[in-house]
Amino acid sequence: MFVEKLLKIFWNQKIPPLFTYCLLVLIIIFSTMVGCEQVASAPASNEFILLATTTSTYDSGLLDYMLPAFEEKYGIEVRVLPKGTGQALELGKGGDVDVLLVHDRSSELKMVEEGFFVDRYDVMFNDFIIVGPTKDPAGIKEIDEVKEALKAIIQGNHTFISRGDNSGTHSMELSLWEAAGISNFGEGYKSVGQGMGDTLRITDEQEGYTLTDRATYIALKETLEVDILLEGDQTLFNQYGIMAVNPKKHSHNKYESALKLIEFFMSEEGQQMITDYKLQGEVLFFPGMCLKY
Amino acid sequence: MNQFAAGIIEAFKLIFSLDPYLMEIVILSLTVSGMAVIISTMIGVPLGTYLGMRPEEKTGFISRILYTLMGMPPVVAGLLIYMLIARRGPLGPLGILYTPTAMVVVQVFLALPIVVGLTMLAIRSQGKEVEETALTLGAAPILTAWTVIRESKVSLLGAIVTGFGRIIAEVGAVMIVGGNIQGHTRVMTTAIVLETSKGNFELAIGLGIILLTIFFIINSVMYRFQKGGGRHPW
Repeated sequence: MFVEKLLKIFWNQKIPPLFTYCLLVLIIIFSTMVGCEQVASAPASNEFILLATTTSTYDSGLLDYMLPAFEEKYGIEVRVLPKGTGQALELGKGGDVDVLLVHDRSSELKMVEEGFFVDRYDVMFNDFIIVGPTKDPAGIKEIDEVKEALKAIIQGNHTFISRGDNSGTHSMELSLWEAAGISNFGEGYKSVGQGMGDTLRITDEQEGYTLTDRATYIALKETLEVDILLEGDQTLFNQYGIMAVNPKKHSHNKYESALKLIEFFMSEEGQQMITDYKLQGEVLFFPGMCLKY
Repeated sequence: MNQFAAGIIEAFKLIFSLDPYLMEIVILSLTVSGMAVIISTMIGVPLGTYLGMRPEEKTGFISRILYTLMGMPPVVAGLLIYMLIARRGPLGPLGILYTPTAMVVVQVFLALPIVVGLTMLAIRSQGKEVEETALTLGAAPILTAWTVIRESKVSLLGAIVTGFGRIIAEVGAVMIVGGNIQGHTRVMTTAIVLETSKGNFELAIGLGIILLTIFFIINSVMYRFQKGGGRHPW
């Protein structure tokens, strides 16, 4: 009835053609929006959560390995946003994502305390390493302590590539410089503002040194000509945490589903999958201690 | 050199085997940019025609704004739209951040000024005579406008294609508002960035070749139109 009437009005041109045109454009825009969503979310799951994570868990392929099992079991789709830890935390604070898998423990705990996040667990760990050119101009291969190695690189004015993107690795690097008592970096220090993969690639090209997480390095080893020059120092421990955005701060967030993902990662099955995940014969991540913080 | 040659060979293998991951990205890229260019055309051509048919002195200020927007750096557009649609922004409740919709929005924002601006210039340079003729023949304003549009269709097509070329080749803005989520918001350009950082050069080159091929096809069609479908259209 109503539609018929509307059509008649348009047909008789009682309404100015411009208005008709505008209406048509609006209808097309609207249907585009709806259509776009359908094109994109073709798999039949209507429930999805957004996971902000570090580039390391993504680039290493761990999530590609684990998430299908979760999606199968719970029928919840996980959409992954690989960001630096700093940006991931900001996204969580603003309520733009539902769950986070990041590695900057002190910042994470601070934000849990401030009430932005809940249900945080130490989900897994690996370690940071210092990589550099095979010929090792700064001679850090002989050094066991990170502090001394960093001093040797900077004081010898060798190239050091820093991620400089507020990621977990970057914040680790900054704390290492602080521990080494270095605040004046000189010419050799270059802050590139990119993810771990790109930073390793730049390090390779410039024959410099950089701090990287082991997982990303192993994942990219084949395409690079940099070697592990320093590993095993206790200060290089790399803890990953998983946590949900506080539903009291952002009521639109999918807390229930986020909690299921956390439960999955902390379950025996999830922890076993983390241990089992190997790349080129090497274990990338070790299961966490299942402690809640 | 070795890596280069091997990469290109692998890239062609991926393209001809219709690799599903590659196809998914190409289809999404074409869908998003296609939608954006359709919307930009539907709004931009009428608006540009209207502006082009008005005397030049009266549109000076609008022109300057348009030209500024035409040169808008995509990442700035991305940043602006991001701040609008993030949960903490004014349009946050819509929850469209990190969806293809957000990418269409930002691409319309980038393509629309180009379509409007180039349409305006085309109409202004070519439409005057047609307009006068149509008016002399007693056509109503809307009909006059329609005639003018039809007569300048080659230039208008140029405007639309330029807009399309800009947005499908764009990477910064769609990365910011789309987030490069696999299977949802990963388009050709953002995939190239990611695959390069992961060292998967084959896939990155493959996407690059497809992107170039798309431009080649578009330009061939354009060329044919401009030649008026002559004997050697390509």
